[in-house]
Amino acid sequence: MKIVTICGAGIGSSGILKVNAERVLKRLDIEADVTAADIGSLAGVIDDAQVILTSAEFVEAIGRTYADVIVIENHFDTRELSEKLERALG
Amino acid sequence: MALPPLTAEGVVLGADAADWREAVRLAGAALTASGATKPGYSDEMIRMIEEHGPYVVIAPGLALAHARPGPEVIADGLAVVTLATPVAFGHPHNDPVSVVLGLAISNSDAHLASIAAIANIFNDSGAIAALSGASTPAQVFDILGVGE
Repeated sequence: MKIVTICGAGIGSSGILKVNAERVLKRLDIEADVTAADIGSLAGVIDDAQVILTSAEFVEAIGRTYADVIVIENHFDTRELSEKLERALG
Repeated sequence: MALPPLTAEGVVLGADAADWREAVRLAGAALTASGATKPGYSDEMIRMIEEHGPYVVIAPGLALAHARPGPEVIADGLAVVTLATPVAFGHPHNDPVSVVLGLAISNSDAHLASIAAIANIFNDSGAIAALSGASTPAQVFDILGVGE
């Protein structure tokens, strides 16, 4: 399974989301490849993604996708991340 | 996993900022004072927010200001700015911001270890309140688990 995290520069908040998503997925015993990307270079990155994790600000710019788009409010709250991921994958 | 370098020059406590731009500028000035960036990095961090919105406010009370790696970045670095009076960035859930982290990354391929170190600290939900209550750089280093 492929998960993509998205932010403005591809290094800050998407990196936090990637690191914390990997922690949560490990705890849930789910295998996934998590990629951090910036909103300007999504072409080819999200085509085969099952889940996109991002902030509310980027939802519109992501546009049409087959992936589940999950908006995270507190990037450091692994409980929020875990609940939302479980809901999307369950 | 190590945080990006944080120096005493990179810590500014109880600062006054009239709005989010001033708050981000304080973080930029602290990164420049600690040798991580050139002064123009502040404008790049502000431009990221103007372009994409207040997404850098990634947790209640905390903004992770940053821009892309580029010519304004001299070396990896971190700055910690706490505000005497919190300011709004316009974020629907996480305003107002009392702690601004400034992050400079020189190479986007090699930054995830530093990001993981930042996540380690702030996955503890008390870290933001502890930082905003710090009154000396030594306390900030303690909270972040780094020696100067």
